[in-house]
Amino acid sequence: MNTTPTSSPGSPDSPGSPDSGQSAPGPRRFTGATPYLLVLPGWLWLAIFFVVPIVSMVTMSLMSGNLVRGFALTFEFGNYADAVSTYWPQILRSLFYGGCATLLCIAIGYPVAYWIAFRGGAYKSTYLLLLLLPFFVSFVLRTISWGFMLSDDGVVLGTLKGIGLLPDGVHVLNSAPAVIFGLAYNFLPFMVLPIYAVLERMDHRLVEAARDLYAGRVQAFVRVVLPISLPGVFAGVIMTFIPTSADYINAKVLGGTHNTMIGQVIESQYLVNNAYPMAASITFILMAVLLIGIFTYARALGTEQVMEAQAR
Amino acid sequence: MSTAGTTGTTVDTPQASAAAGGRVARRPRRAIDWGKYFTWAVMAWLFAPIAFMIAFSFNDVHGRHNVAWQGFTLRWYADAFAYPDLTTALLTSLAIALLTMVIAGVLGSLLGLALGRYRFRGQGASNLVMFAAISAPEVVLGAALLSLFLTMNVATGFLTILLAHVMFTVSFVAITVRARVLTLDPSLEEASRDLGATPLTTFRLVTLPLLAPAIMAGGLIAFALSIDDYIITSFVSGNTTTFPLWIWGSTRVGIPPQVNVMGTLIFAVGVALAIVNIVLARRRA
Repeated sequence: MNTTPTSSPGSPDSPGSPDSGQSAPGPRRFTGATPYLLVLPGWLWLAIFFVVPIVSMVTMSLMSGNLVRGFALTFEFGNYADAVSTYWPQILRSLFYGGCATLLCIAIGYPVAYWIAFRGGAYKSTYLLLLLLPFFVSFVLRTISWGFMLSDDGVVLGTLKGIGLLPDGVHVLNSAPAVIFGLAYNFLPFMVLPIYAVLERMDHRLVEAARDLYAGRVQAFVRVVLPISLPGVFAGVIMTFIPTSADYINAKVLGGTHNTMIGQVIESQYLVNNAYPMAASITFILMAVLLIGIFTYARALGTEQVMEAQAR
Repeated sequence: MSTAGTTGTTVDTPQASAAAGGRVARRPRRAIDWGKYFTWAVMAWLFAPIAFMIAFSFNDVHGRHNVAWQGFTLRWYADAFAYPDLTTALLTSLAIALLTMVIAGVLGSLLGLALGRYRFRGQGASNLVMFAAISAPEVVLGAALLSLFLTMNVATGFLTILLAHVMFTVSFVAITVRARVLTLDPSLEEASRDLGATPLTTFRLVTLPLLAPAIMAGGLIAFALSIDDYIITSFVSGNTTTFPLWIWGSTRVGIPPQVNVMGTLIFAVGVALAIVNIVLARRRA
């Protein structure tokens, strides 16, 4: 993904620099080793603990053997075939839940981001803070709280059943909608913040101009606001679709045994069954599927501003 | 209504202006702000499980099935540290989060400064790696790190948790700082240089104070992500238990009310920090 980090403020201090043509608006300063010294520690950390582990995982996925006899690199591509044939329902279910949760996040998050950015006035930052405040409480604890609230004798269903509004047979937990709502709940800010960042930076006079040119409210939104906000939506989709498809805490707490996601499989293969090669190949498949999906989506939308939208 | 336009000469009569007002008055009188109600409804949704947690930290529950209201008590607050492992887990989480905040804060700020300020070979590659580290699913990061530690025969524990947490938070700090670097006014640094400051003095007295809010924000993000993380931590924790891991482990036997107490206290600290932040921002403005 080509991000464009050099949309830096045009600095007047290098008018005579060799490349002060219009192609490079940012200053091009050749200051020798300084940038390399600055990035070196971070680079090393990411190289050793991010890049190397991914390679190590791919290597492990091609091994065979077991914990007792040890593992050996035998280029065992059968792990992949086994992983797909055994766990395709969980893979598809994870993508489906993640997709539904992402759509739900757009449906809920877009109006919220829009309202805060356009109507929040002096309280914009307070609203954003309120939005983030629940996330001071641990992810696991919040999800478990939902589980308690929605349990059959919990405060919501128990009360509704107690006053006779709901028949006794109604359950919410252990269903697909419960998992999807839980996912949307936990990842909503990752959708709201990028959309908000783009809308907030947008020149609001553009809407007024559209209205002056006789665009209706809807038309002004569809033809002006929406296209401008798409990079934010794109960033939001990436930031919600990937973690929601790979999450399994919600599925474990709210989904019961019939709604397991692929993360659960990976976790139990690694930590319970010690079937490392198998686990590594499932993990790699999950990563590959998500990457292909994201790249296709990026191509379709043709936007390159993900990091920019996400940073603000 | 349709006659208002035809009775051209009577525009100034009260009836006519009332009639016209009936049609046009929509403009000054704001339509119902559905967005506001929607936003507040979403806020209520977001706070619902928190409200449950706070309320049930006062629940006089017997046994460990804490889902129905049984009366008010302060017992669990008096007894907040009744589970030594829970206290240890919380302290472990705090220690890791603080160390993560400092290490990722420093490394990420340097990265962000370099990426925002300079153009150099490998810039595109570092952006790509950072983007990949941010968007890679946690289960993949955890599994990959565990693969590495297994291959290298590294014993998992406190140190590996810390390594993992710095790894997945450093990019968040970097992009936060980079965004700030990109918006800095270069004339401030030039003015400093024109006034005879050395590059180091300029950095210390001009650049660093301007970047401080972003560095703080990035560090806090790192802290929050670290203290909250369950998935990556569960892969690389070995026998070390953090707060989220302890909560998860206790679900099998029933979560003691003390967990709600600690959740409430952590939330209270968060609220206090937020209020301080708002007050400081107001005062500065």
